[in-house]
Amino acid sequence: MFYREAGDFKTSYRDDSQTFPIKFDRFRYYAVLLVALAIVPFFIDSYWANALLVPFLIYAIAAIGLNILTGYCGQVSLGTGGFMAVGAYACYKLMTAFPDVNIVLHIIAAGGITAAVGVLFGLPSLRIKGFYLAVATLAAQFFLIWLFNKVPWFYNYSASGQISAPERTVFGIAVTGPHTEAWAKYLVCLLFVAVLAWVARNLTRGSIGRSWMAIRDMDIAAEIIGVNPLKAKLTAFAVSSFYIGIAGALFFAVYLGAVEVGEAFGIQKSFLILFMIIIGGLGSIFGSFAGAAFLVLLPVLLKNVLVGTLGWPTDLAAHIELMIVGALIIVFLIAEPHGIAQLWRIAKEKLRLWPFPH
Amino acid sequence: MPDQFLFAVEVMINGLMAGVLYALVALGFVLIFKASGIFNYAQGVLALFAALTLVGLQKGQIPFAHLINAAFGTKVHYFGWTMPTFLAIALTIGVMILLAIAIERFILKHLVNQEPIILFMATIGLAYFLEGLGDVMWGADVKTLDVGLPQGASEWIEDRSAVLGGDGFYGFFIDKLDIVAALVAAVLVISLTLFSQYSKQGRALRAVADDHQAALSVGISLRFIWVLVWSIAGIVALVAGIMWGAKSGVQFSLSLIALKALPVLMLGGFTSIPGAIVGGLIIGVGEKLFEFTIGSMIGGATENWFAYVLALVFLVFRPQGLFGEKIIERV
Repeated sequence: MFYREAGDFKTSYRDDSQTFPIKFDRFRYYAVLLVALAIVPFFIDSYWANALLVPFLIYAIAAIGLNILTGYCGQVSLGTGGFMAVGAYACYKLMTAFPDVNIVLHIIAAGGITAAVGVLFGLPSLRIKGFYLAVATLAAQFFLIWLFNKVPWFYNYSASGQISAPERTVFGIAVTGPHTEAWAKYLVCLLFVAVLAWVARNLTRGSIGRSWMAIRDMDIAAEIIGVNPLKAKLTAFAVSSFYIGIAGALFFAVYLGAVEVGEAFGIQKSFLILFMIIIGGLGSIFGSFAGAAFLVLLPVLLKNVLVGTLGWPTDLAAHIELMIVGALIIVFLIAEPHGIAQLWRIAKEKLRLWPFPH
Repeated sequence: MPDQFLFAVEVMINGLMAGVLYALVALGFVLIFKASGIFNYAQGVLALFAALTLVGLQKGQIPFAHLINAAFGTKVHYFGWTMPTFLAIALTIGVMILLAIAIERFILKHLVNQEPIILFMATIGLAYFLEGLGDVMWGADVKTLDVGLPQGASEWIEDRSAVLGGDGFYGFFIDKLDIVAALVAAVLVISLTLFSQYSKQGRALRAVADDHQAALSVGISLRFIWVLVWSIAGIVALVAGIMWGAKSGVQFSLSLIALKALPVLMLGGFTSIPGAIVGGLIIGVGEKLFEFTIGSMIGGATENWFAYVLALVFLVFRPQGLFGEKIIERV
């Protein structure tokens, strides 16, 4: 009833091409931002932050990054874990080499370094396509993890081979290190997510996003109508890796605090993020959030039901979780290949006509 | 001959043997890719699942024991028999065929005409599901697989080759199991080639690989062919699972060899059975020699990534692989 375009008159091109053309959606968007920024930080405790909200926000950034590459530009990548590791280690090296510089700058610089590495591994995409490229990105995944394990310079010659984040502050409030408050972690991640999602949305509907989508839909045809495949593919790799690098830096510095590279950024992480964008919806920013929320919530929910309520052993619950995730992916691919984002679109279409669909 | 050279030769022979095992997994990929255009990520997990089932049947484990015990508070683990090996293998083949029927019935049938990338992702989902299922059915502990294959170093080769080198050289160390694996792989490839060249089903299979629609129009049942090819892939997976399982125990890492088979495929080309074998051998020899010559200088464990980087560099120069069909693109 309230979900209508009717009565909301657009008087400029700017209004006409805005992200949320329906008034209700705009208010909803501001309401969500308001709740997330101004209300949640006062009520958040460390369980909610560490089990749900902070991982959700960080995975959402990584999923947006992978979605730019896979969903918008059509280049399947299985190297996400490796690129997250680049972000984490770049952030660690910068934090320890320049302790006086603000951590936020370090995280952004880590994203930049990851973007450079991403472009390097994206170069073969100009020759290799499809599955071949997916396997080629595995080279990035395994090589990078090996590099961070074997070259002591990357972990500052620490005895355990782990990296751990020293304490850094923003405006006098600790955001990394063991004394970080739950709300500080949450707010840092939230600000990054809000800015990056906004940038991603506007990149993907602009000319650069259109050239990505042209390459995705058919690269030869795109080339013939004048899209430069070199530029389109490499910018997609760069932007995607930038996002994934920032996600990796946040994952290490803010969320975990200390990581062991093979465990935190292994091939499983690459698949996890790939599943997020499949279940959420390829080629959709909202889908990235939905997929991240789904796959962060699902294990927590299953654990609570199987271990908490039924009292089953945790290893059995973990195996059943694997089965359910696998089955869900297949079900989603069969029932709705475009993911949760498509369900959301259908729901909105229905809502616009409700309650008189004819 | 200098000892250093002989050691390199020994490393190379062992690399060849490891390559045979990669090739066995890659073979399953190629079969499914040729017949249905599906890039089957689950092949490695199929091998793991087959090996787990074989061990479970052999030892008389009760399937889902862990789940039953957790749900009903019972304490059942074993039926209390030990099944003869050949019977267990026959039953496992039966299970793999049932699995192939189930995969066709519940997954592939619904995904006809989808883009290849969607099918690929569906097989990743299948891999996760099978991994979980295998663990829930048979338990997640590392199991030893014993089907009576000879193991240990072959003294005969060691004694005969010892004369080649000087005092510091004691002959080539070659595992008997590797020799068996090489023989089995050879038999498998020959029988698969014969099957696809001379049997009725084999011809139908090649027809489907050539052109789905044309095959349908002359009355070949696509669904039957898919079940057939997934069954064959399941049996190849069982062979690979037995070999790897006997070598290093049946455990989760078995499914990771699937990932190692991917660069093998890229080298050999996705559509070529000889390519899978040659690619496997190149990767096996390459990574062992690289580890032997350069790997020790830069920290070791280069086997984790060498295969992928080799394939990556190779593909930049020849995108369709060694024996793959030339990629022709039209708008």
